Amino acid sequence: MTTATENKPTAAAERLAPGTPLLDVRDLHVEFKTRDGVAKAVNGVNYSVAAGETLAVLGESGSGKSVTAQTIMGILDMPPGRITSGEILFRGQDMLKMSNEERRKIRGRKIAMIFQDALSSLNPVLSVGYQLGEMFRVHQGASRKEAKAKAIELMDRVRIPAAAQRVGDYPHQFSGGMRQRIMIAMALALEPDLIIADEPTTALDVTVQAQVMDLLAELQAEYHMGLILITHDLGVVADVADKIAVMYAGRIVETAPVHELYANPAHPYTKGLLRSIPRLDQKGQDLYAIKGLPPNLLKVPAGCAFNPRCDAATDLCRTEIPALHQVLDKDGAELAGRKSACHLWKETLHG
Amino acid sequence: MPDLTDTKTEIPAQRAAEVPEAKPEKARSLGLDAWHDLRRRPIFVISALLIVLLIVIAIAPGLFTSVDPRAGDLRTHFLTKPNYGHLFQPDWFGYDGQGRSIYARVIYGARASVVVGICVTAGVTVLGGITGMIAGYFGGWVDTIVSRVTDIFFGIPLLLGALVVLNAFTSRTIWSVVFALVALGWTQMTRVMRGSVITVKQADYVTAAKALGAGTTRIMVKHILPNAIAPVIVVATIALGGYIATEATLSFLGIGLQDPTISWGIDINSAQKVIRTAPFALFFPAGMLSITVLAFIMLGDAVRDALDPKLR
Amino acid sequence: MGRFVARRLLQMIPVFLGTVTLIFFMVHILPGDPVAAMWGDKAVDPAQLAAFKHARGLDQPLIQQYLDYLGKLFRGDFGMAMDGRPVIDKISGAFPVTLRLALLAFAIEIVLGVTIGLFAGLRRGKAFDKGTLVLTLLLISIPVPVLGFIFQNIFSTQLGWVTPTVQDSMNLGQLLLPAIVLGSLSLAYVARLTRTSIAENIKADYMRTAVAKGLPKRKVIGTHLLRNSMIPVVTFLGTDLGALMGGAIVTEGIFNVKGVGFELYHAINLKEGATVSGFVVVLVLVYLAASLIVDLLYAVLDPRIRYA
Repeated sequence: MTTATENKPTAAAERLAPGTPLLDVRDLHVEFKTRDGVAKAVNGVNYSVAAGETLAVLGESGSGKSVTAQTIMGILDMPPGRITSGEILFRGQDMLKMSNEERRKIRGRKIAMIFQDALSSLNPVLSVGYQLGEMFRVHQGASRKEAKAKAIELMDRVRIPAAAQRVGDYPHQFSGGMRQRIMIAMALALEPDLIIADEPTTALDVTVQAQVMDLLAELQAEYHMGLILITHDLGVVADVADKIAVMYAGRIVETAPVHELYANPAHPYTKGLLRSIPRLDQKGQDLYAIKGLPPNLLKVPAGCAFNPRCDAATDLCRTEIPALHQVLDKDGAELAGRKSACHLWKETLHG
Repeated sequence: MPDLTDTKTEIPAQRAAEVPEAKPEKARSLGLDAWHDLRRRPIFVISALLIVLLIVIAIAPGLFTSVDPRAGDLRTHFLTKPNYGHLFQPDWFGYDGQGRSIYARVIYGARASVVVGICVTAGVTVLGGITGMIAGYFGGWVDTIVSRVTDIFFGIPLLLGALVVLNAFTSRTIWSVVFALVALGWTQMTRVMRGSVITVKQADYVTAAKALGAGTTRIMVKHILPNAIAPVIVVATIALGGYIATEATLSFLGIGLQDPTISWGIDINSAQKVIRTAPFALFFPAGMLSITVLAFIMLGDAVRDALDPKLR
Repeated sequence: MGRFVARRLLQMIPVFLGTVTLIFFMVHILPGDPVAAMWGDKAVDPAQLAAFKHARGLDQPLIQQYLDYLGKLFRGDFGMAMDGRPVIDKISGAFPVTLRLALLAFAIEIVLGVTIGLFAGLRRGKAFDKGTLVLTLLLISIPVPVLGFIFQNIFSTQLGWVTPTVQDSMNLGQLLLPAIVLGSLSLAYVARLTRTSIAENIKADYMRTAVAKGLPKRKVIGTHLLRNSMIPVVTFLGTDLGALMGGAIVTEGIFNVKGVGFELYHAINLKEGATVSGFVVVLVLVYLAASLIVDLLYAVLDPRIRYA
C-alpha cells in the first residue's frame, strides 16, 4: 500500500505527484444500530488509491466493502449507521470534517459512484437524458438545451447506439447492459478524479459483463481516474485491478498487487476463495468450499473473525485479533504492498 | 443496513454446505412474526382491549346498566344534565329529550354498531374474497367480467347506494343495513383479493405445486390463499371501522336503523335538535361512536404495520 | 397517447351502461307507489291516477320503461320529476353548487394533505410524524355528522366567524366551512398515503443515486422523491372527487347547502325514480371523467405504464 504523503489542499496540489494517493482511508470504523444490537460493519479499514490506479475491494456480503464505499461517498444512512472513528482524506483533506455543502460539491463532481443494479438505481419516472443532464445543470448551471446536448454526447461516449433518438427514453426501455452504460456515463459526466464502482457488473449477463468492464477500464485510462472496484468476482479483478484488498467481517485481511495475490495468497481466506473457483484443469474433482457461514456482525467471533471457518486455526487465532502484518519473502525481504492479517501468514505463504 | 442487504452478491465461499442465512434464529413464519410484533405495540394492545370491551358490552349490555334504555320519563328526566360523579349510574351521562338515560342508550347502542361492523366485514370478505380469487386465478374472460362488475359498483358511492337500497325496506332492522352494505361494498374486497392473488400466482412455489400435479382447488386453498390473504385482512380491519361509521351516518339520516333498535346514529340525530340546550346528548353517543371507529382503525393500522414487512 | 385515451373511453361504455342499469332497477324495484304518495293522505280518483301514470309511461312493463329511459338519456333527456319539472333543471340547479363545494374540499385536501404527508414522511418517527398519525387517525375516526356539528359549534356558535348554515349556496366564502368538513376525511387519507409513500420511496436506490450525484436536497426531494411518491396519491384522488360529490349528502344536510345531496336526499325519500336516476347518472359521469383524467395523469407521472 502506498504511504500517505503530505498534500496541501491548494490549487498547486491539483496535479498530484505520481504515487501519492488521491484518496486515503485511515482506520475507518462504522457501526449500525439495529433492533438486536450494534453491528460493527467496518472495523478499522485502511486503503488508498492514486490517480489512474485501480483498487479492487473483494469480499462477501456483510464484509463491509459496500459500507466503506458508501461512507466515502457520504451516502451512508445515518441513522442507523454511525462513523465512530477514522479519517477519509481526499486530496489530503478529511472529508468527514467537511460541511454538508462542501461534501455535496465533491459528490458527482470529484468522486462519482456506479451502483450495482442500474434498473433500481436510475429514477424510473425521469428520462435518462434528464438524469444525465441533471449533472451539468446542477454542477455547472447548464441550460436545459445544453444539458440535453451533453447528455447525448455522453451516451455516445459510452457507445449507446442512436443516442440522439434514445435520449428521451426511460430506464425501463433499455437493456441491462445499456442501463449500466448509462450509469457509467452519469458517473463520468463531470470527469471526476475518482470513481467508486460497487459491483458494476453483477446484475449483468456474462457476455455483457466483459463489455461493460472493458469500457470502464478504457475510460478510466483515458481520463486518468482513480477507481475503486468493489466486487466478489475474482475473474473481473484479475483483468483490470492494480492491487487488491480482501475484506472479511469489516476488516482488511490481505492486500497485495493483483498478480501476486493470485499466485500466492498470504491469508487462508483468500486461499479458500481462490480454491473455490471452478477450473477446467481440475474437472471431475470436488469443488472446494469454505466451510461454515459468514460471521454475524452482531457477534463477531473472538480473535481472528475467520477462525471458526479456518482449517489451520490455532488457540492463538481464537483469542488474539491478528494485526495486518507486512509480508516478507523467504529471505526476509519486504514484499512491496503485501500485507496479511493472519497469525500464520508465513505458513500460508510459504508452506 | 445496506451491506447486509446486498444479497445478490454471491461469492464462491458462499456455496458452502449450508445455505447462508444472516440470522437463522429469526426464521419465523410471517403470521407468527406479525404476532410477536403486535404484542409489543401499545396501539395494538389498547385497541384490542377496547374492542374486547365493546364486544362484551354488545353481548351483555345488562352487565353494565340495569335501566331500560327505551323507558323514558319526560316529566322527571327531560334533558336532565349529567351527574359525572355517579359512575355507571343511569344519570351518569344525563337524560335525552325523551327522558331516557343516555348512559343506558350508549351501552345498548354498542350492539348495533358491533354487529353491523363485524357482519358486514365478514360478508364482504367472504364474497369479495371468493370473487377476487376466481378472477385473479383464472384470469381471461372471467377476470374481465368480474373486473367490469367491480368497476360498475365503484361508480356508485357507498352511502348513496345504501340510501337507495335501504329506502326499499319498509321496516329496517340491523340485517337490512348489513344486507345493503354487503351488497354495495363487496367489490372493494374483490379488487384487493384479485390483485393479491395475481401477484402470488406468479410465485415460484405455485408453479412448483402445479408441476407436482396439485389440483386447482388445492393450489387455491393451500398455496395461494394463505399467501394472498394478508392485504385482505388489513383492508378488512380498517374498513370495519368505516362500516360502523356508515351505519351511524345512515341512521343519522333517518334511513338506517329505526326505533326500537338503539343506534348511536339515531341518538346523534335526535340530539341535533337540542344541541344548544343539551350538548351532552350529542357528545356521549358521538364520543362512543368515534372511540369505537378509532379502536378498529387503530387495530387495522397495527395489523398492517405487522403484516407489511416493507415498512418496518 | 390517442389510442390509450380511445381504449379507456371504450372501456368506460360498459361500465357506464352497467351503472345506469343497476341504479335504474335499484330505484324502480323499490316498493311503494310514488304517484299515490303525491296525493298524500287525500283520497285519489283511481281513473285520474291511471291517466297520470299512462301519461308518464309508468304503466308500461319495467323493461319497456328501462329501454325508454336509456333511449331518452342518449338524447340528453333525463325525464321528468313527479312535479312535472324536467330532471335536467334540478340537475343544472344543484350540480354547480356541489361541484364548487367538492372542488373546494378537493383543493384543501390536496394542498394540506400532500404538504403534511411530505413533512411527516421526511421526518418519519419524529414528533411531527407521530402527531400527524394521531391527528389523522382521529379525523378518520370521527364520523362526518359528528365532525360537522363540532365545527358548526366551534366556528359559528362559539366563535361567531360564520353563520351556522349556508345562506347563499354559491358563495365560496360561506362554503368554506362545509368544504373543510367534507374534505377532512380525505385530507387525512391523503396525508397518510403521502407519508407512507414518501417514507417508502426515500429508501429507494434511485434516491441514493440522486444524493451521490451531488444534487442539492431541494432537488433530491422535489424532483426525484415527490414525483415517484405522488403515484399512489393520484390514484386515490381520482376516485375521490366523485366520492366527495356523492358523499356530500350529510355535509349539505348539516349546513343547509342546496346541492346534489340535498336534492337527492329528498328524491330518495319521495321515491322519485327519475330524479334519483338522473342525479346518479351525472355523478357516475363525473366519476368516470375523473378516473380518465387520473389515468392520463398516471401515464404522465409513470412512464412505465404509458401506452400500455
